[in-house]
Amino acid sequence: MTRPGRTTAPPPVLGQARRKRTTSPLLGPLVALVLLFLFNALFTPNFLTTQTLNVNLTQVATVVIVAVGMTLVIATGGIDLSVGALMAISGAVAPMLFLNPPFGNAALGIGLAFTVPVLVAGVFGLFNGSLVTRFGIQPFIATLILFIAGRGIAQVMTNGQLQTFSNSTFGYIGLGRPFGIPFQVILMLAVVALFAWVVSRTVFGRYVLAVGGNEAAARLAGIPTNRVKLAVYGISGLLSGLAGLIVIAINSSSDANQVGLNMELDAIAAVAVGGTALTGGRATILGTLLGALIIQLIRYTLLARGVPDAVALVVKAAIILVAVYIQRQRR
Amino acid sequence: MRAGQLLQRYGVLVALALLVLFGSLRYEGFLSTYNVFTVLGYNSMFGLVALGMAFVIMTGGIDLSVGSVAAFASVIAALLSPFGLWPALLGAVAAATLLGLINGVVVAYLKILPFVATLAMLLAARGLALLFAGNQSVSVDSEHGFTTLGQGNIGGVPFTAILLFVAFAVGAVVLRSTRFGRHVLAVGGNEEAARLMGLPVERTLVWVYVLSGALAGLAGVILASQFGAGQPTEGLGWELTAIAAVVVGGTLLTGGSGSIGSTLVGVLLLGIIFNILNFENGRGTISLSAYWQSVIRGAFLLLVVVLQNQLTRRRASGGG
Repeated sequence: MTRPGRTTAPPPVLGQARRKRTTSPLLGPLVALVLLFLFNALFTPNFLTTQTLNVNLTQVATVVIVAVGMTLVIATGGIDLSVGALMAISGAVAPMLFLNPPFGNAALGIGLAFTVPVLVAGVFGLFNGSLVTRFGIQPFIATLILFIAGRGIAQVMTNGQLQTFSNSTFGYIGLGRPFGIPFQVILMLAVVALFAWVVSRTVFGRYVLAVGGNEAAARLAGIPTNRVKLAVYGISGLLSGLAGLIVIAINSSSDANQVGLNMELDAIAAVAVGGTALTGGRATILGTLLGALIIQLIRYTLLARGVPDAVALVVKAAIILVAVYIQRQRR
Repeated sequence: MRAGQLLQRYGVLVALALLVLFGSLRYEGFLSTYNVFTVLGYNSMFGLVALGMAFVIMTGGIDLSVGSVAAFASVIAALLSPFGLWPALLGAVAAATLLGLINGVVVAYLKILPFVATLAMLLAARGLALLFAGNQSVSVDSEHGFTTLGQGNIGGVPFTAILLFVAFAVGAVVLRSTRFGRHVLAVGGNEEAARLMGLPVERTLVWVYVLSGALAGLAGVILASQFGAGQPTEGLGWELTAIAAVVVGGTLLTGGSGSIGSTLVGVLLLGIIFNILNFENGRGTISLSAYWQSVIRGAFLLLVVVLQNQLTRRRASGGG
């Protein structure tokens, strides 16, 4: 990627610095989200129904899950262009496992379908990470390789054909509704909570920020920078794999040509709008959640008003620019 | 020059020569004028986009919007095609140039990372393309000469191939022998130093994005002319193909150096891999679906960047 304009983010000091830094970047996105919500509550008919809420949350869940991994990668000063392709791979692997379960054991097939595709995507993530760390290839180029080849791999595996299935056990990950809440929304909140905790409260989280803030300094301070970077790409892969499962479960079919298409853009946009510096060194997982919700709600608002999707794209572009510009000003 | 340096500079050219040699020995008709011109004609779009991308990357930037800008231009060209070739060509390129100008202003004056600025333009230009096209492809009026650009030829040489070589020749001259070219390299090498030396950093940045937008626009016009329709959904992943071509050509994404000629070699290399796969399929020795092409392209990109990296590392550590 391009060189960051500002190379020295102050190293994350524990305690006061954390308090200051995680509250202020959230304020803007939060205000924007509240205003959007109020506007819709007042002017969009049927907005304040659980159904509308569920529609918006289910549509945003996969973006958020992928964007959380993207936030970690970006916090180390990297980028992951391969997330959409990894979703397609995970989505292609899963049906193979439960449609032709090993040893004819259906339960085993389902069990493997939930785990193997996610792990496969995680391994591809580690591949990205090893290109970045071991070979010193720029993250943009390193992940571009799987962006190009990854979807092809998924298409080769399925011969480009739509795999349809009806399997209620597997479908639960996309269609289940415990207590009336869509299961993928619960997954999304769990992922957000887990990684918000990881970033702000764990040693690993501090390492991630330190690597993105000033890699040379981090290395001198004894931080295993390569292992940290390897880990964030691995995590990004795992989360993409999970998102891939959700998408195919919702559709009850897997289309390697479509699963995760443009996901990298949506995820990066959510991260940018959410206030994470694209130059690395800062990360706010909650901001990413808010960013994704803002983009989703804007799109919903426009569509509810009968504005064509094409215009919504232009508006989305403007929002990203404005959000990033405001962040720049604040710094 | 040491062996490592030589390999790095001419490695891609050697690879291209080896691939061509392999193809001409193995396939009948590989070097036929028909095949050569088909490859050149088809890859002219990617070549033009990669040429603009090379300039942007040399300033240390990136232009992710080229694919959707090309799609936008193809729609505008198709809409203007009833007025004839020139109005359609100029109108579409002007519209695309305007989008490039917006990219440049946002990057240079609002100081937004090129990655984000052009990502936003990727979305916006796609939106505009769909909007102008009414969500469907716009067929081209074939009566008023518009399709000659994409389908015509001079003495058997397709216009698009001529356009490709002329554009790269001009690009190479501009980079080597003009003040603008030197500014591009200086800005990419060290923006702060360039500013202190009094170079017009912002103006240079604006110009490279304008150039990239205009060339993407030209590629879009060729697209519409070759396929007989403006395609608002085309151009997906073009930016990455172009970046791959530039990288394969040996230009580093960090900016400050690069070569126009190598970029053309990169474009042709990626194009010929496709072509060889088609021949292989035609022979029936293997039956690789179209899906393998992207896998092989990715593997090839992997090979090139890893090799390049090893070479530069060895040089950096003095092993030469």
